[in-house]
Amino acid sequence: MAGAAGPGTGAGAAGGDGDDSLYPIAVLIDELRNEDVQLRLNSIKKLSTIALALGVERTRTELLPFLTDTIYDEDEVLLALAEQLGNFTGLVGGPDFAHCLLPPLESLATVEETVVRDKAVESLRQISQEHTSVALEAHFVPLVKRLASGDWFTSRTSACGLFSVCYPRASNAIKAEIRQHFRSLCSDDTPMVRRAAAAKLGEFAKVLELDSVKSEIVPLFTNLASDEQDSVRLLAVEACVSIAQLLSQEDLEALVMPILRQAAEDKSWRVRYMVADKFSELQKAVGPKITQDDLIPAFQNLLKDCEAEVRAAAAHKVKELCENLPIEGRETIIMDQILPFIKELVSDTNQHVKSALASVIMGLSTILGKENTIEHLLPLFLAQLKDECPEVRLNIISNLDCVNEVIGIRQLSQSLLPAIVELAEDAKWRVRLAIIEYMPLLAGQLGVEFFDEKLNSLCMAWLVDHVYAIREAATNNLMKLVQKFGIEWAQNTIVPKVLVMANDPNYLHRMTTLFCINVLSEACGQEITTKQMLPIVLKMAGDQVANVRFNVAKSLQKIGPILDTDALQEEVKPVLQKLGQDEDMDVKYFAQEAMSVVVQRLRKLDLPVKDCDEPSAPGADKNHFLRPRGPGEDAGKGPAYQLCVNPRETLAHPEIVGLVHFSQSRD
Amino acid sequence: MAAVSVLDPQGEFQLSSASLGESPGSADVPSSEQPELFLKKLQQCCVIFDFMDTLSDLKMKEYKRSTLNELVDYITISRGCLTEQTYPEVVRMVSCNIFRTLPPSDSNEFDPEEDEPTLEASWPHLQLVYEFFIRFLESQEFQPSIAKKYIDQKFVLQLLELFDSEDPRERDYLKTVLHRIYGKFLGLRAFIRKQINNIFLRFVYETEHFNGVAELLEILGSIINGFALPLKAEHKQFLVKVLIPLHTVRSLSLFHAQLAYCIVQFLEKDPSLTEPVIRGLMKFWPKTCSQKEVMFLGELEEILDVIEPSQFVKIQEPLFKQIAKCVSSPHFQVAERALYYWNNEYIMSLIEENSNVILPIMFSSLYRISKEHWNPAIVALVYNVLKAFMEMNSTMFDELTATYKSDRQREKKKEKEREELWKKLEDLELKRGLRRDGIIPT
Repeated sequence: MAGAAGPGTGAGAAGGDGDDSLYPIAVLIDELRNEDVQLRLNSIKKLSTIALALGVERTRTELLPFLTDTIYDEDEVLLALAEQLGNFTGLVGGPDFAHCLLPPLESLATVEETVVRDKAVESLRQISQEHTSVALEAHFVPLVKRLASGDWFTSRTSACGLFSVCYPRASNAIKAEIRQHFRSLCSDDTPMVRRAAAAKLGEFAKVLELDSVKSEIVPLFTNLASDEQDSVRLLAVEACVSIAQLLSQEDLEALVMPILRQAAEDKSWRVRYMVADKFSELQKAVGPKITQDDLIPAFQNLLKDCEAEVRAAAAHKVKELCENLPIEGRETIIMDQILPFIKELVSDTNQHVKSALASVIMGLSTILGKENTIEHLLPLFLAQLKDECPEVRLNIISNLDCVNEVIGIRQLSQSLLPAIVELAEDAKWRVRLAIIEYMPLLAGQLGVEFFDEKLNSLCMAWLVDHVYAIREAATNNLMKLVQKFGIEWAQNTIVPKVLVMANDPNYLHRMTTLFCINVLSEACGQEITTKQMLPIVLKMAGDQVANVRFNVAKSLQKIGPILDTDALQEEVKPVLQKLGQDEDMDVKYFAQEAMSVVVQRLRKLDLPVKDCDEPSAPGADKNHFLRPRGPGEDAGKGPAYQLCVNPRETLAHPEIVGLVHFSQSRD
Repeated sequence: MAAVSVLDPQGEFQLSSASLGESPGSADVPSSEQPELFLKKLQQCCVIFDFMDTLSDLKMKEYKRSTLNELVDYITISRGCLTEQTYPEVVRMVSCNIFRTLPPSDSNEFDPEEDEPTLEASWPHLQLVYEFFIRFLESQEFQPSIAKKYIDQKFVLQLLELFDSEDPRERDYLKTVLHRIYGKFLGLRAFIRKQINNIFLRFVYETEHFNGVAELLEILGSIINGFALPLKAEHKQFLVKVLIPLHTVRSLSLFHAQLAYCIVQFLEKDPSLTEPVIRGLMKFWPKTCSQKEVMFLGELEEILDVIEPSQFVKIQEPLFKQIAKCVSSPHFQVAERALYYWNNEYIMSLIEENSNVILPIMFSSLYRISKEHWNPAIVALVYNVLKAFMEMNSTMFDELTATYKSDRQREKKKEKEREELWKKLEDLELKRGLRRDGIIPT
């Protein structure tokens, strides 16, 4: 059956060995012909296994010819093959035989599907490094030439990626040929090929001799940069970065800058966008002088381009551009030549532009220093903090820390606090979340008094937010605040408020009490936990909503380690036992799990376990694997989905309170 | 702006539309001066206005609109108006107005199926320019031999780029324009086809984004219709290397009808292309998108409607292996679409003629679904198909039913053998690895 028609009768020939090495080629050939793509794919992915089993010689003489001949398959299989062959040098006998891999890769480099072709080129590039210089000229270079003069565009596009790897190691005569081939691809009839050549122009320029760069690459660059298709022109901008790095300032000015100026004012917004997008790279490549003379005016134009896409791309680069300016004179340049344009962008009509600016504008404060920041930047920050678009506000808030470093928190809070307070009640929960995450930092810098006066009520309000992610973040925030302000503060300001919520008619708020206790107990220590928190938790064990009850069980498990043995033995255990008999299976499950943890702890404390009717730990373990993890079990993951109230209802919409799982009545 | 001086309604060129178009002999302008006036109006209309600013130049915009209307009327009604010197001016005016870099799409990832297209703001002018240009191309006096100096490759290239416009109204006009140009300029035909090729290849392999694919395919449909026989290699290559890969694109549903039409046109021209086409479709058969699968099945039925029995025999095996897979798809629309083939009389007759090949391929899938499919409608359809097969070839049907179980077992055994082979292979590799590392002696 297997390999019946393999080239060189793969399996038959293998039979001669008479040992277990018969299998590999037979299996492969059989599998490569299977109707099921998945099996063909598996087989290709195990190609190295097969080659290893065959040994280097038979890999060369049987496997590779077979692969070369049978390349007509689904692209997915071909992709896997192209990838495998890149790492095959060792399997065919090392560098001396690396050229054996070229024929199948050459075919793969001509297929239509781009990902396959790209992978084949990648593998070819890899293998080229493993060729000896002689083999490179004897086998690899001819392959590149064949591809470069192929009929269909695919082989010519693939060739573009191979010139730069063989050029440095070729002899002078061959080098001239390679350059000639590259030149003709740059003016190919097919735009696909010109695009591929333009994309590799920079890379190729880097391996060329400086003379050739000037005499050959620059004219090619000039042509591509004025191609009739904008998709080609924009790739020339990328090449510009590499070419500029190779040339002296003088040559740069004479040969490249006219083209770059032209690109910055191209009639196609895609080309201008590319200039904006590559601005930092361009800036580094051309150096400070040309930046000052040419790039800054160009940048000003990009910042007020008529297409929002271009303005947004330029706005993204504002900070990097400023950072990379030479320190001497930097401030003046920014203040005189950049800032006026930024001011305009703050009230741009397009939200993407504003949002792009907001994501970097704060970074300017470190560059400009305290005074300039207060005088010139703060008004802009404030304006953006009040922007109608949440994305803009969010970007400002998430970068407050860099301004904080420059002007200090007091200054910052005085000017920004009103805006922050407003945002704390923003309709978009992600904005509220960003504010909460900033709270501990603010609190630490502002001090207790200021905090209590201005922000405490906000922090408490978040605990009853209607989005779970906010309540969860608010809970963690409390813990961080207690770490900062100490136990006494917690006892006076936080704990009472949290505990009151245990009587809230809304079960979600009652659960928040439990979640708060989970994180606060450790920070507050044994006394507060035992005296103030534990009674509340125990009382809630009688809650009518099952979700609250099983969270009681979880809380008890969590705060167990903080409690002393008396509390555990006398108070916690009876309650858990009762919950262990609950009619709801989830409550039962979590109660039993908690119980086993408590019992273990009691054992560790070397106390005799009085009753013997506790569920055994292994039982609980088994149970544990059988069921899905409850949503509350690992807090801090996937905020939006966490609110889901019952492990059995993992698809419940986060904010639908009605989906609460309860046994008898609604609350 | 410059427009003011050129289009000043108080200026010397102000004329009512009546004087230019509707009544050429009216007292306002003597007919001898009309050609000159026509040229002047064409020049005036080269001025472009900013329609993003809805408040600017309102008077001028209105004046240009009425002038364009005059031009449309004039070129439709007047005789002898297309003198040689008008050609460059007409092309210049049209180029000035329609050739522009299309703006970026408003939504970041514009989904033509979901999102409303952004309409061209300057449409009040643009529409009239297109209208005028089409009347120019369609005019009885129009002479391609003069026009080809101005409507050249560069012009066509720019025109093709406009097909990416998001505005369906514009693409519709472009379709007519390109169709007329293809019809009248023989020298541009090969070039146009090649450039459309490039657009499609870029669309398939590079960007997956181009708004005008359906329109271009529609034009191609009529182009293919006119191909002379035997087909040139270039055309066959276009079918296999461009049209077939177009099936892989995510947004296939937007142009599938036009694409299928082109494919069927090819097959009607040259039935010998059936095999490569069907093999191509098999290669690109959708793996995860049921909606596309339904489209493929629809196209396949269109192909089968025109297939020659001699061609059918060549591809029936791979074809029905695929159909067997579709029939057993858990997605009932896919299964249903495939089972509908059995309602097609012509296909039924082909199946009947070849039932000895097709029945064994289909049998196990049909048999299994008749027992297992979740959807009762599918089960009912499958029963009908099985019944049809039973009537066609009862001997074979009984045989297959009898051996169904043992066949399944044989398959399972084969599966197991395969797994064992792979395991052995891995052991072998492991052993060699250990040997190489000197852990076990050779």
